[in-house]
Amino acid sequence: MTLWIRTWQLGVKSLLLHPLRSLLTVLGIFIGVASVIWLLAIGEGISKKAQEQIEGLGADNIIVRSIKPPNESTPDSRGPVPYGVTRDDYYRLTETINTVDRALPIRELRRQFRNNDRLVDGRLVGCTPEYAQVTHLEVDRGHFISDAELEQKEKACALAAEVAERLFPFENPLGQTVRVEDDYYVVVGVMKPREASAGIGGSLAAQEFSDDVYIPITTLWTRIGDFIVTRRSGSWEGEIVQLSQITLRVNSVDDVVATADLVRTILASKHRIADYAITVPLDLLEQAKTTRLMFIVFMGLIAAISLVVGGIGIMNIMLATVTERTREIGIRRALGAKRRDITRQFLAETIVLSIVGGLTGVLGGLTCGFVTDWLRMALENLFPQVMESLPDVVRTISPKVVPWSIPMAFGISVGVGLIFGLYPATRAAAMDPIEALRHE
Amino acid sequence: MNLAFRVEELKKDYLLGGETVHALRGVTIEVPEGDYVAIMGPSGSGKSTLLNLLGCLDRPTSGSYFLGGDDVAKMTDDRLSEVRANRIGFVFQSYNLIAQLTVVENIEVPLYYGSRLNSTTRARCHKLAEMVGLGDRLRHRPTQLSGGQQQRAAIARSLVNDPYFILADEPTGNLDSVTSGEILDLLSRLNREEGKTVIMVTHEEDVAERAKRIIRLKDGLLQSDVRR
Ligand SMILES: Nc1ncnc2c1ncn2[C@@H]1O[C@H](COP(=O)(O)OP(=O)(O)O)[C@@H](O)[C@H]1O
Ligand SMILES: [Mg+2]
Repeated sequence: MTLWIRTWQLGVKSLLLHPLRSLLTVLGIFIGVASVIWLLAIGEGISKKAQEQIEGLGADNIIVRSIKPPNESTPDSRGPVPYGVTRDDYYRLTETINTVDRALPIRELRRQFRNNDRLVDGRLVGCTPEYAQVTHLEVDRGHFISDAELEQKEKACALAAEVAERLFPFENPLGQTVRVEDDYYVVVGVMKPREASAGIGGSLAAQEFSDDVYIPITTLWTRIGDFIVTRRSGSWEGEIVQLSQITLRVNSVDDVVATADLVRTILASKHRIADYAITVPLDLLEQAKTTRLMFIVFMGLIAAISLVVGGIGIMNIMLATVTERTREIGIRRALGAKRRDITRQFLAETIVLSIVGGLTGVLGGLTCGFVTDWLRMALENLFPQVMESLPDVVRTISPKVVPWSIPMAFGISVGVGLIFGLYPATRAAAMDPIEALRHE
Repeated sequence: MNLAFRVEELKKDYLLGGETVHALRGVTIEVPEGDYVAIMGPSGSGKSTLLNLLGCLDRPTSGSYFLGGDDVAKMTDDRLSEVRANRIGFVFQSYNLIAQLTVVENIEVPLYYGSRLNSTTRARCHKLAEMVGLGDRLRHRPTQLSGGQQQRAAIARSLVNDPYFILADEPTGNLDSVTSGEILDLLSRLNREEGKTVIMVTHEEDVAERAKRIIRLKDGLLQSDVRR
């Protein structure tokens, strides 16, 4: 026991003989360990976020969206061609697939909302009462679109918090009317503010939710219809779309894959062109999981390389140290040190180096959340336009330290120290004492 | 009288580039306890080789070397280390103190490797340092000491394990004549007053004069063995 204490003391003393050299060696291990923790934390942060977003869509959902088919023929005299999923599709899907629990038809369009001279540009969403629940919208005052209003095709609307705030800054919006084109809709509810959802692959764009006005879809069909004219860059553009989206909820997650196949078959038989897209969050989730695994392997590989580089640094330094201290080795051997005493001594030094590097590396790794926050803030203040141009994933990155990466990184660093220290140490021990003593 | 050691027909060959160098070609010496022997001889005559064998740093090619009843030629590497740690004191020409250790710690080294370091032996280290006149330099590092002081520390170190004998390879080779005189006085005193056996290699006749006995080597053979 005292033997080991002496060995460690001696190791530390010898390392302190060359403080800068020891520091640089430790730095190599520090960087290796910290980068293992950082890289894994960043990977975890990114994939976790993606996973959460996908889970937000609901693993038991299948989303069918209308998309404008690529313009084969330039707009001709015959006017706009209808595209997208139709009411027929909606009925067919809900009636023929018995694993579908319920289906949400949605129609969205850009419109201007007015209250006298106040005006808000926003998204008019025709939907059913379930929409609020499925998209995690919560009512603040009043109620969301009700079944009766849907049934009666009433001109009722629910406002997003921001829209309500801007159209009715000084009054209670409930019971007031909002003008859309030439129709007046009675405000029956105001929603709580909801965070925007980021876009997730495929046809699902990011959704703001902040400038939404919700009305019964039946009302939208009768009051506005399928033929929509919108002003776009000076010219008028028309399109005929019955539904923007159908969100299907499947009985159980186990049936999602089979149901999605069925949906594909049914839609394919009715649509000649690709004017719709199917998003299966469950598939995305699986993909995200695979991506995450690949991320971990990839990051781990990079980190492992940096650790090996650190280990080579240790070996390099220890080989130099051993050569430099040949005389000392000779003296110690003459005074009674066995070969294994010499091995132990040099191994202790490398282990001290790698433990110090490992511990500081773990501390450095744990700062990753704090440092990224700080970096983000600094960058936003110094180079706002650069930050603006960065993709969302990078801008909102928030590393999550993977707990097992800490003992792993530390263990590997000590292991690396042992492995890379073993050769110099055995080389030191193998020296002939007489020759070592003669060494200048 | 007890023998400190006895070597008989000691031979040592070195292989050098396919050729065999006969460094020692059959040396027989008996050294009783309390003797003070100077080994002399021209360069290449085998003095260092003999000292290395006596110091158990190497094994003879043939012949026997009895130390405390054991044949050194048959010892394993680890056993040789143990013997060095517990039974032999070394004094080198270039002091050979360990740079990162203090004077006391340097004196402790043989005890450490002989697993005999405890509070009693530690106190002994202090006593030895005082005896060689370094009582006020215990916490100094070798680089903070003069050559003479370093050699004193080395002598204290050679005594710490209560060895069968002290092997000194040109202990005054790096010192000026005054300091040399002091070091030689110290060795003589140890021999005279403490009864320590001293084997010393030297080039200089006047240094050798201090010893009780002068052994001359030539071409790996004993040329003369004179007791004065
Ligand atoms: N390790 C060795 N390898 C080869 N030859 C050696 C070795 N050590 C000593 N010798 C040779 O042995 C002879 C005796 O050397 P040494 O004992 O060092 O002489 P001295 O110390 O008396 O000058 C010399 O010829 C020397 O070259
Ligand atoms: Mg010599």
